[in-house]
Amino acid sequence: MTSLPQPVPGAKKLGLVIDLDTCVGCHACAVNCKEWNTGGHHAPLPDHDPYGKNPDGVWFNRIHSYEAGCGGTSRTVNFPRSCLHCEQPQCVTVCPTGASYKRAEDGIVLVNTDICIGCKLCSWACPYGAREFDEDQGVMKKCTLCIDRIYNEALPESEREPACVATCPSRARHFGDLGDPNSHVSQLVAEREGVALMPELGYQPVNRYLPPRQATIPSKPLERPVAGGGNALLRMLDKVLSR
Amino acid sequence: MTPASSVLLLTTLTGFGYGLLAWVGVLAALGLLPAAPLFLPVAVVVALALATAGLAASTLHLGHPERAWRAFSQWRSSWLSREGVASLTTFPPALAFAALWWVLGPDAFATRAFGLLAAALGLVTVGCTAMIYASLKPIRQWHNPHTVPDYLIFAVFSGAVLLAALRALWFGAAEALAVAALVAALIAACAKFAYWRFIDTQKPLVTLASATGLTAFGTARPLDRPHFTENYILREMGYQIARKHAVKLRRIAVGLAFFVPAILALLAAFGVTPAITATAAALVALAGLFVERWLFFAEATHVSTIYYGR
Repeated sequence: MTSLPQPVPGAKKLGLVIDLDTCVGCHACAVNCKEWNTGGHHAPLPDHDPYGKNPDGVWFNRIHSYEAGCGGTSRTVNFPRSCLHCEQPQCVTVCPTGASYKRAEDGIVLVNTDICIGCKLCSWACPYGAREFDEDQGVMKKCTLCIDRIYNEALPESEREPACVATCPSRARHFGDLGDPNSHVSQLVAEREGVALMPELGYQPVNRYLPPRQATIPSKPLERPVAGGGNALLRMLDKVLSR
Repeated sequence: MTPASSVLLLTTLTGFGYGLLAWVGVLAALGLLPAAPLFLPVAVVVALALATAGLAASTLHLGHPERAWRAFSQWRSSWLSREGVASLTTFPPALAFAALWWVLGPDAFATRAFGLLAAALGLVTVGCTAMIYASLKPIRQWHNPHTVPDYLIFAVFSGAVLLAALRALWFGAAEALAVAALVAALIAACAKFAYWRFIDTQKPLVTLASATGLTAFGTARPLDRPHFTENYILREMGYQIARKHAVKLRRIAVGLAFFVPAILALLAAFGVTPAITATAAALVALAGLFVERWLFFAEATHVSTIYYGR
């Protein structure tokens, strides 16, 4: 059913928190995601001409980089983009077949590829560009939040997290329950003032992004021969040479 | 948005089909159609054939056309599903309308009632089609108050030129209908100009800074793309041809869709070879509305392409 489940107070909202301060833009999350998911719930993922001149395929993570701000204080921000498992996912409600659905128990947005007719309307309804069409199988595919890892009892408990989170070398990705204010992800968001993307569109994404820190590291000022500053020798030299 | 020919065929052909059905249903209820026993049934068959052709074409762009029947299930939430349900629901009363006209005659209450019902359901289907586009929040050129009225106006215009052509071919004259087609063409052209003025003055929905959560830094500017090649999102939503040739394409669209048919309808109204001019008006309008619909897609921008700096 593509109507959204009734929100239950205190229900789980599983999602990701991505730290734009520490992401180094290595694409490991995208690669490990592809590696896991091409054998997982949505297997296989198209991967045409991967080592050739025109590689093409379905990826659930894509890593952009942007320049934030301008001038001397601007910085490069690496920006991993994936499904945000929205609380108001229009990709679900537009689906004519019931293939696209949001789980009541944990909020994960999934596609049932056995009944998807491949009309692509869900991808038009997603403002984040998170859904990618599998041309080989004629069905829509998307991030599953690694539903086949996080509940997988064949894996040791420490590995029951999404592939992108497990592999991140700079620990910039965090997985948890954003519906629980005491979870470590919710506390990270509160502490670092995590933000939702495009809040003005009203999709209420669950995933949050932690903006880059703007703090500067305190350090000793550089020696400058200025009046009243620096040491006495430099002040004298400055005076003599300025004549 | 990349225009898919199957969807262009769907929206233009169902516009002609259900537009024609709306005209014959309403005119029959008002007793304004010629009482020839075969004229109305043939018009209804033409209308349903066009709608069927459009619906059949729309399944061609599906990844799994054999599963298309599943699209009738989610009418509670999905406008695409509602369009499917409404389009099929229109068929039984339309066929009953044609049959009753044949059996009971044009003046029977049942004939007129089923005519009106079929007309209403046809327009509801066009409205559902329009709502598929109007409900998509990421596309500002569609998610606005123009989309639904425009689709209805264009369907009514298509039906008018088509009915004028049928009548002129059948009876050799169609003065009143040609005037109706002329008026509809001018209203439709005004609606299209109003739409273009609206989308040209709209602001983008979001900024790259709000799309990336970097508003605290003021601005954001793309540096590196995730991959050096195109991907599904860019192929489906990053269409840029129309933006380059927008002015010329708009002239071609309104010329073919509305102005040329308007002139031809005027000639038909004055009795200048009405069978030829009214038929030409319908054919040119079909081609023009196809271009108009192509632009409706091609000029639409999807907010997700902002991540790629487009």
